[in-house]
Amino acid sequence: METNVTIKKLSNRFPGAIIETHSHRGDDTAVVKKESILEICTFLRDDEALLYNFMMDLTVVDYLGREPRFEVVYHLFSLRHNRRVRIKARVSEADAIIDSIVPVWVGANWFEREAFDMYGITFKGHPEMRRILLYEGFEGHPLRKDYPIKKRQPLIGPIN
Amino acid sequence: MGVTFGKESASRRIVPGGTVSDGPERLLDGSAILTRLQAAVNWGRKYSFFLYPFVTACCGMEFMSVAGPKYDLDRFGAALPRFSPRQADLLMVVGTISHKQAPILVKVYNQMTEPKWVFAFGVCAVSGGFYNNYSVVQGIDTLIPVDVYVPGCPPRPEMVLDGLLKLQEKVAKERWSDWPRGAAPVTPMLKKQE
Amino acid sequence: MSDLMKDLHTEHMVINMGPSHPVTHGTVKFLVTLDGENIVDMKVDIGYLHRGFEKMCESGTWQQVIPYTDRLNYVSPLINNVGYALAVEKLIGIEVPERCQYLRVIACELSRIADHLTNVAAGGLELGAFTAFLYFVEARELVWDLIEMLCGARVTVNFVRIGGLKNDLPQGFQDKTRAVFKECRRLWNDVDKLLTKNRIFIDRVRNVGDISAEEAIAYGFTGPCLRACGIPYDVRKAQPYLVYDRMDFEVPIGETGDNFDKYLVRMEEIQQSMKIVEQALSQLPDGPINLDLPQYRMQPKEDIYHRIDSLIFHFKTVIDGIKPPPGEVYFAVEGANGELGFYLVSDGSGKPYKCRVRPPCFPLTAAMPRLMKGRLIADIVPTFDMINMIGGECDR
Repeated sequence: METNVTIKKLSNRFPGAIIETHSHRGDDTAVVKKESILEICTFLRDDEALLYNFMMDLTVVDYLGREPRFEVVYHLFSLRHNRRVRIKARVSEADAIIDSIVPVWVGANWFEREAFDMYGITFKGHPEMRRILLYEGFEGHPLRKDYPIKKRQPLIGPIN
Repeated sequence: MGVTFGKESASRRIVPGGTVSDGPERLLDGSAILTRLQAAVNWGRKYSFFLYPFVTACCGMEFMSVAGPKYDLDRFGAALPRFSPRQADLLMVVGTISHKQAPILVKVYNQMTEPKWVFAFGVCAVSGGFYNNYSVVQGIDTLIPVDVYVPGCPPRPEMVLDGLLKLQEKVAKERWSDWPRGAAPVTPMLKKQE
Repeated sequence: MSDLMKDLHTEHMVINMGPSHPVTHGTVKFLVTLDGENIVDMKVDIGYLHRGFEKMCESGTWQQVIPYTDRLNYVSPLINNVGYALAVEKLIGIEVPERCQYLRVIACELSRIADHLTNVAAGGLELGAFTAFLYFVEARELVWDLIEMLCGARVTVNFVRIGGLKNDLPQGFQDKTRAVFKECRRLWNDVDKLLTKNRIFIDRVRNVGDISAEEAIAYGFTGPCLRACGIPYDVRKAQPYLVYDRMDFEVPIGETGDNFDKYLVRMEEIQQSMKIVEQALSQLPDGPINLDLPQYRMQPKEDIYHRIDSLIFHFKTVIDGIKPPPGEVYFAVEGANGELGFYLVSDGSGKPYKCRVRPPCFPLTAAMPRLMKGRLIADIVPTFDMINMIGGECDR
């Protein structure tokens, strides 16, 4: 089977940057170092045997209590080879910065803004790093596990 | 029997039901002419709502159905949506109001001319529904006065029509003194940025 | 002429469209910089319907997420239900019985029909074709009658369960479907005659909002908007789930990706979806609709009342929730707007650790400035309609 083609190619090309890999339930996954994310994404998009031309999804998972705390998760899809891959990069809370992949896929723009809005991860090199779903003046990042679900910050309210 | 404005009538001190309040009624002593005129105006108002659909969410799908051919809101004289708040007198809040949306809702409400009514369409507008979290307003009545609450997620068209009939009943009983209601009782709460 | 233009001192004007504007569906704001009627720059501001979907999911059990998925793309809630249930089933590693798979296909396709009908109806309405709106809302009512017959609700259905369905097909569903589709096809033909060769409609939509296939891919387009560019990518064909590989249907594609192509693709997909429903109904096998795995799928109500083991399982699944093994999965289905993906992370407890939706209309809305730059302000109306941005899904 050719299910692991992507992971094999990645490990050969970037032996130092791949931290771990797995294929749980058939989803090929590679955890990579955050410093080389831009390089790896460019490779995945341009390599003839891979051609991951779709950046399907970008999100963050907050593993509170683990170090590094955050995982930025990219889901890529190759139309030519009809194949998917998941790339993850770990980001610590103290240094919550990762390279933006907007130069590789222009569609990542809003996804990165959403990740910034909801988790407070800054994407270096992003053209417009500001809140997207919430409003200016909102403090904190609601999808972090330590943000209380009912902590409201209304813009307007009853006269006190 | 015609209506007379004789000495007798003007000096009468009886207030039927004790419901006369401040306003033109006191001047005219609750005479027959005024109440009949009020009834006539209310009759006209209740069959000619010009609604402003403040459609935000899922309930908008049912709103389309209510306005569409099968349920036909037009039968109740409330079919013509006006997308300018100045021309509307029934604010239909259809769907969830988030904290980001709240100032806009209040602005639209304040821009409408009086008399105006508010129709909370769906449980999110009524109470926030099952979205009890950081981003959703827990009922639009925390921001603006509401006349009719129609719960349901989303309410069936029959419920909406029932709510509209209830609103018509309410409008029929209104008095001059109920208006104006004034601006929505809210203030900006955004923390100052230092 | 050029001197005149220079002396005119025309300044750019910034106009705010929305969020409360009939075109923007209540939940999006366009900040448009205009030179006369031409759009120089455009900023899109979303988030007016952000309801904290992910946060709500993380606070409930795995089954309690299903009502929230209804309200993502509220025009086609059944597809969201099915997508979520399939993702959880992949996480657990189970597969539902064959009859259930067929019923899910039927449910999905009915929802897709309703979604496309709504989209074309609203698009027609906003371009002044009120008759098309009335016809397609009528057709949608008929499809909703079928959905109501199937699951008891019109819009927010909450029909699919992890490991099964709420109920089997009701009696007389086949006959009713036949009657409804006959009527739908009649209304479809009427609207086709009203719009497809209508000069006014064509002038408003043709060559507006066009985009090349490469650019559409870079922006992350999927669904009818990508197929209108000529790329036949459909998750139902590319990575068949349920029993789509046994169905005989075509994937319509366009050429230029403009609004007219998007409209034509949607119209054709309505026909294809009706075909799929008819095939699924004719092939429908007998058998159970639920898995017999009491730790994941709730026991039938009669058993809960009469058997102690079923009662215990019922308590366990309701109070603690089902417990998928730790891990992460991504599962994509073909939503009405494009690829609808669910990315789930389980830590082995009864609550989802992370429940992420890949909203198909999010990247589409993000491309609005690209589609609109240099165009006329009136072109926003058809372009935004054919993108079919749904607030619940885009803002979550």
